[in-house]
Amino acid sequence: MSTVMARPGDPVITPALIAEHGLTPEEYERLTAMLGRAPTFTELGVVSALWSEHCSYKHSRPLLRTLPTQAPWVLQGPGENAGVIAVGDGLAVAFKIESHNHPSAVEPYQGAATGVGGILRDVFTMGARPIALLNSLRFGSLDSARVRWLFAGVVKGIGDYGNCIGVPTVGGEVVFDPAYEGNPLVNAMCIGVLREEELMRAVAQGVGNPIMAVGARTGRDGINGASFASEDLSDENDAKRPRVQVGDPFTEKLLLEASLELITSGHIVAIQDMGAAGLTSSSAEMAARGDVGVTIDVTKVPVRETGMTPYEILLSESQERMLVVARAGHEDAVREILAKWDLSAAVIGEVIAEPVYRVTEGDRVVAEFPGSRLVTDCPVYEPPAEESAAAVERRRVDVHAIAPRAQEQDPVWTLTQLLSSPTIASKAWVWRQYDSMVQTSTVRGPGGDAAVIRLRGTDRALASCIDGNGRYVALDPRVGGRIAVAEAARNVACTGARPRAITNNLNFGNPKRPEIFFQLREAVAGIGEACRVLETPVTGGNVSLYNESPKGAIHPTPTIGMVGVIESLSHVTPSAFTTAGDAIVLLGHCTDELGGSEYLLRIHDTLAGAPPTCNLQAERHLIDALLDAIGKGLVRSAHDVSDGGLAVALAECCMLDRERMTGASVDLTAWPALPERALLFGEAQGRVLVSTSTPDAVVAVAQRHGVPARTIGTVTDASHGLVLRTGTHRAVASIAALADAFHLAIPRIMDGDTPAEHAVAAGHAPVD
Amino acid sequence: MKVGVVRFPGSNCDGDAWHAVVDHLGVDAVYLWHKTASTEGCDVVILPGGFSYGDYLRPGAIARFSPVMSAVVAHARRGGPVLAICNGFQIACEAGLLPGALLRNASLRFVCDTVRLAVQRTDTMFTARYAPGQILRIPVAHGDGRYTADADTLTQLEAEGRVMFRYVDANGEPTSQANPNGALNNIAGIVNAEGNVLGMMPHPERAMDVRLGSADGVALFESLLAKVAA
Amino acid sequence: MARYRLSIHISPRRGILDPQGQAVSDALHSLGFPEVRDVRVGRYLVAEVDAATPDAARAQATAMCEKLLANPVTEDFAIAAVEPA
Repeated sequence: MSTVMARPGDPVITPALIAEHGLTPEEYERLTAMLGRAPTFTELGVVSALWSEHCSYKHSRPLLRTLPTQAPWVLQGPGENAGVIAVGDGLAVAFKIESHNHPSAVEPYQGAATGVGGILRDVFTMGARPIALLNSLRFGSLDSARVRWLFAGVVKGIGDYGNCIGVPTVGGEVVFDPAYEGNPLVNAMCIGVLREEELMRAVAQGVGNPIMAVGARTGRDGINGASFASEDLSDENDAKRPRVQVGDPFTEKLLLEASLELITSGHIVAIQDMGAAGLTSSSAEMAARGDVGVTIDVTKVPVRETGMTPYEILLSESQERMLVVARAGHEDAVREILAKWDLSAAVIGEVIAEPVYRVTEGDRVVAEFPGSRLVTDCPVYEPPAEESAAAVERRRVDVHAIAPRAQEQDPVWTLTQLLSSPTIASKAWVWRQYDSMVQTSTVRGPGGDAAVIRLRGTDRALASCIDGNGRYVALDPRVGGRIAVAEAARNVACTGARPRAITNNLNFGNPKRPEIFFQLREAVAGIGEACRVLETPVTGGNVSLYNESPKGAIHPTPTIGMVGVIESLSHVTPSAFTTAGDAIVLLGHCTDELGGSEYLLRIHDTLAGAPPTCNLQAERHLIDALLDAIGKGLVRSAHDVSDGGLAVALAECCMLDRERMTGASVDLTAWPALPERALLFGEAQGRVLVSTSTPDAVVAVAQRHGVPARTIGTVTDASHGLVLRTGTHRAVASIAALADAFHLAIPRIMDGDTPAEHAVAAGHAPVD
Repeated sequence: MKVGVVRFPGSNCDGDAWHAVVDHLGVDAVYLWHKTASTEGCDVVILPGGFSYGDYLRPGAIARFSPVMSAVVAHARRGGPVLAICNGFQIACEAGLLPGALLRNASLRFVCDTVRLAVQRTDTMFTARYAPGQILRIPVAHGDGRYTADADTLTQLEAEGRVMFRYVDANGEPTSQANPNGALNNIAGIVNAEGNVLGMMPHPERAMDVRLGSADGVALFESLLAKVAA
Repeated sequence: MARYRLSIHISPRRGILDPQGQAVSDALHSLGFPEVRDVRVGRYLVAEVDAATPDAARAQATAMCEKLLANPVTEDFAIAAVEPA
């Protein structure tokens, strides 16, 4: 051990300073016990970053450990930069989801852009070339000018970053709900492809190997400013310090190419993104994984500004930087590869035998921690959990007692309202801003049940989607967690893919509140149950807590990024009907489920009732039956029934693609016991609409798997409209009118008199 | 025969162009690195899409001064065919290989979609394999695709029949709805006076396989390579 | 030789549609600035150069604009100031 001295000019460590660093008195005790002395200011900063919720998962780790992570095809589970699964033919895919909720709430454009940048780096540091991006977004109501500004800015930020770097943004979801008014959610997912043998892990190894900083220079971006003694940190005052990190996709492109070249060159042993908590977290985590010591000299780190302190250099979140452990003696070879891409690298430290994490400023040791305890000694909490009485009450509301509105006499009115709900309506306004086709492998882009990307050089393809329904989780977190996984699995299965694994993003409120921790615990339990039954292990993910504003917490929103494998391109199945004359077969049961529906929210402004039941065994059989039928070539299209229920799903099948619309004639009199609105708009789970020229064969396959199946109608020419027969109605909707409601809802809001981009162009957040 | 695909550090459609040539047409292709002032004996040069050097000043403004561009300009001046797609079109305009400029889309938004193009002429090395008036379905993906030129240049382009592709609707009409970026006269692609440099915003290299939506770009590559092989 | 700070304005040429300027103009109108007539959004660059005289510095700036910084097809430029740095 070395002698660690306080740095001249460092602030004195007081209880207030400790609190401002987010450490509880108990955590501070833990730190002094670990060190056997009081920490320096630099050490306090390091620990506050590493023991932050964001880096340490201290409130979620025990829960995450309950999730299934194993399967024969899983090559890398949680704990690395990204999870990796084998997909056949010697190929593997790395994928992960990550949130950038808080930065996007402050500066939507840069917040979302840097979120995309971070998740790309997580994937390419595994040795995988990114082939697809997806995202899951939540905003408040588009009635608010500020929400429109956030929405437009986030979409532009995601687009500009992905478009520039040349990775297609192929899918995702966007949900609008007042619950996200003060806290938008921006979850970005990246998928990369690699050969199995090229898998790279971020494990520091080899005593004497140099540690190199690669890529952009380090500035004072995103340092946890807080209010403490900012004048002591630097010459500039706090207000001038950039809290918002700014992304540079062009530099990222160079880093991507250089990193992949480095990995295949054999000159390096490990590589990791300097993401949250920058140099501190990347170096400490690599050391902990390798069970080795490291020493870093901050004066060797290339900086963008003068006078940066060790504290600032260690905690900077400047973007587009990587930490590399090179093989000793290969430094020049590393520099040569980087120079080809106009990047530089500096040796800033080395792997050492002594089990310490040491930071020096020249000769002076400014921080030193024993071994990997810096990471492993992080406290873990399992706070009290108790469901709130309000949540229980909400779930117990008898939704059948909610009187229909007068206009609901005409189910077409209700259907049109739902199709124009921004949550259900077409998101083409969003994804037309994303390059979804670059790399020329996008077989199905945004707008369907899941995106499909072919794997070049094989006959296989990947299907991927992100799903989550905060309403269901708010009403019953266990069931909501199950449904999130089941729906994601169903969506990839609709394209012809066998669901293989998930990455999850847990977006919740403050876990120190018992009702929030209850939601988190139960939702994770539900996710785990579903992943076990559906054999889709969790390979990694992200937890974002404290998504609260003065108006309260967001809906608890776990989002599930699912990856599935399609064995042959000939199995790729579209969502929409294709051919007049085909039969429409419904797989699954229609049951009385109105609770938590988009119908109740949109038509009755109500979140109440129990969410739909989720029978996981039935979901599994449904997927087996669907894939069996697709594999036999019996299925022309498949679309899952979700938000808005059966009527919305049927309408979508008729007009998802405005270039090729159809009609449908549907008879739903087989469920006379169901209230009409539950039949048409209820969100009973485990249902898929299939179109086929051989309905008897599809029904026979379903029955072999124990899945209820019934022919409910026929695909017609669009001019015949959508005809819905129930026990009480024969409703006829014009396809053109439904298509207008669905396709124009968001453009009408966003490109009305004062499009939100005007404010974006002017650079200001509107005030409501 | 050999095709050269120029590779700037921010090119991102270079691989797609390479695959279009090599996988679909079975012709040899090499990448031409931006720091090398040579076209390495290639018969055809493709300037692919992407963001060349980040495009922070103006798309293509910095790329035009790269070493490889001096060689590409020399190749074009010798009559060598150049296919400039998207960012390549922007670079070709900046480099003076083609007249006019590409401005920010009128919507101020990036646009990714599959649009319809009407083939304006079929007596050129780039379009010989299309039928006169044929309507193609080809993807676009750009933020700066609004073709503009001064009135004299525009008149000259039209008079000389140098507009190769125009954005049209399903009926073949060049309507404003069919125009994804506000380009003057719905111009999607033009050739130089000599007819050996084609610049276009849409991506024919993304329209090579019906399983991905369209194979309407194949004939463009076939036209070009057949002409060069002849 | 002395060091000069150049201020360079680059703006869309008159007659070229400037959708960004139009958007900002519309936004200003909706925010209660109906008096706004014409907004054009361009770029403003500050660069320091070494030159013998202010005129020489200005000549350098003009050459830079003509060669790289402005596109003569679509943009106008103006050297707004040449000051000792």
